[in-house]
Amino acid sequence: MTQQQNRIDRRFARLRSEGRKALVTYIVAGDGGLENTVDLMHQLVASGSDLIELGVPFSDPMAEGPVIQKGHERALANKASLRKCLALVKEFRSKDADTPVILMGYDNPIERMGAEAFADGLQEAGADGALTVDLPAEEAGPLNEMLEARNLRNIFLLTPTTSDERIAEITRLASGFVYYVSLKGVTGAGHLDLDSVRENLARIRRHTDLPLCVGFGIKDGASAKSVSADGDGAVVGSVLVSAVAEATDGAAAKDRIGAIVSEMRTALDS
Amino acid sequence: MSKPSSPIDYGAYPDARGHFGQFGGRFVSETLISALDELQAMYARLKDDPEFLAAFDYDLAHYVGRPSPLYLAERLTAEAGGARIWLKREDLNHTGAHKVNNTVGQALLAKHSGKSRVIAETGAGQHGVATATVAARLGLKCAVYMGAEDVKRQSPNVYRMKLLGAEVIPVESGSKTLKDAMNEAMRDWVTNVDDTFYIIGTVAGPHPYPQLVRDFNSVIGREARRQSLEEFGQLPDALVACVGGGSNAIGLFHPFLGDESVKMYGVEAGGDGLETGRHAAPLNDGVPGVLHGNRTYLMEDEDGQIIETHSVSAGLDYPGVGPEHAWLKDIGRVDYVTANDDEALAAFRTLTRSEGIIPALESSHAVAYGLKLAASMSPEQNIVVNLSGRGDKDIFTVAAIDGIEV
Repeated sequence: MTQQQNRIDRRFARLRSEGRKALVTYIVAGDGGLENTVDLMHQLVASGSDLIELGVPFSDPMAEGPVIQKGHERALANKASLRKCLALVKEFRSKDADTPVILMGYDNPIERMGAEAFADGLQEAGADGALTVDLPAEEAGPLNEMLEARNLRNIFLLTPTTSDERIAEITRLASGFVYYVSLKGVTGAGHLDLDSVRENLARIRRHTDLPLCVGFGIKDGASAKSVSADGDGAVVGSVLVSAVAEATDGAAAKDRIGAIVSEMRTALDS
Repeated sequence: MSKPSSPIDYGAYPDARGHFGQFGGRFVSETLISALDELQAMYARLKDDPEFLAAFDYDLAHYVGRPSPLYLAERLTAEAGGARIWLKREDLNHTGAHKVNNTVGQALLAKHSGKSRVIAETGAGQHGVATATVAARLGLKCAVYMGAEDVKRQSPNVYRMKLLGAEVIPVESGSKTLKDAMNEAMRDWVTNVDDTFYIIGTVAGPHPYPQLVRDFNSVIGREARRQSLEEFGQLPDALVACVGGGSNAIGLFHPFLGDESVKMYGVEAGGDGLETGRHAAPLNDGVPGVLHGNRTYLMEDEDGQIIETHSVSAGLDYPGVGPEHAWLKDIGRVDYVTANDDEALAAFRTLTRSEGIIPALESSHAVAYGLKLAASMSPEQNIVVNLSGRGDKDIFTVAAIDGIEV
């Protein structure tokens, strides 16, 4: 890669040199109140998150299980939007210059804004990349160019059903890290198969040196530790979105997600 | 927009990646790509295979009851006072709508795939019934996702599906209508992709669905073309069909696309009127975007969130439309117009009383525009209106509007 390092690359380089695994955390922007999102992001970092995936709410989140779907619905009821997500990242960035942040969402809000305006918006807000769930490699070209031109990373999903040929194609476009979806299913599903994760990570490793983070089906420190044993990190989402949903106010949400992330951090570092 | 100067080879679309111009494509999460590749490869192998086509034709003839008649509606023609109105009687198919053309075809694909379970989304319930029907015939497990709102307004079809042995799963997320049913069916498919075949009911979704659903429904247009030549010795002057996702319309239109003299009108659901914003007419009042696996015209807000649609007819109550229609609109080959709820209801009554045919509320939109169009044309001209389904399922809706308890 000829590009200069950005926050994502620096973070994974540091973790690698320390022999530690990355803890990637996901919450939905605006869920639990737009006014609380930035506080929650700082709490994620304080409790041990290495990278934040900020979920951009969408009316039709096709790949999400019920927990995250409801998070999107609550966020939209709170009038969250892609534009406001960018503003939240900017606010977060004013107090945290180091923690990488990517926006994770669906293509239509980006289409509406325009790929170029979106990439400009990410750069201006101080975000580090994007993961667009329903934009597979064959449709991702135009957005990819816009991101690359701004030294932003494009995170792709790989799954148990991705063929070797596609892994090669996708890892050519991918940057930052690769998100391996541990199971066939939607977010929050429960049937984690560690043997399959191990085999598939080895298969992917033959095609790329990018960090490999594993998500879907990770509920606690133990599952985070076991899935990341053969990769570079774990992604956790649904349990955090559940915790935000169950909290009665912003302070309670901070406490709950703080406790979950701390427990995972401790397990990952043990 | 003007028509292109050189003739278009409509059969060459979509391209290898499923694009119709800028529309179509494959916008799904990575887990589904291999299943779509597998389906595409299987369909490419079978679509010109004589044995497969013979099996499809046999089922259409002996199970569906095709060909469906092209019927000269004389009293309806007299009501309009202009061009002769011919009805393509898809309402006479087994299960009462055009939807079965596609489910019979996809059931053959499911059988070839060796998968033991089929799933479907449904709005009005016609596609759900048509899927449950072919599943019963082939002994496949069947689950149908249906918006909770639609479960309420289409209860006869819900019961029909249950009788046929399907599990009907009400979808409580989002607006609780067809679009949410489709989201939920996609989630099921992602989870059960190893043993499940997804029978999509309209010409939307990721490639290759818009193509194969079109191909299976094109029997409508092929028959109508032949029947027109037999009945009145020439091609029709105009075709009219309702457009929700657009499967009955593309089925009628596609075999005529190269016939420049044939004008085509796709009728979207105008709901309370285009000016009210309460409608389901993305081709008339939407913008290009990405939903349910393809790029097409959508009803959305300024942040790119999909908005709730409105139509008296559950089958048209969808914020998107098949990508081929989006393309046909942009190149100017088909005119997309609207009929409002009240116009569709009036046409429902007019056709019922003048011809003794109770049309589906979806098809009533096509009848409404057909009446208007015929009135503006001369008596020696011919219009084919696709009567895509029968209205038995809608009598409760119409009765409720009339304030009658059935």
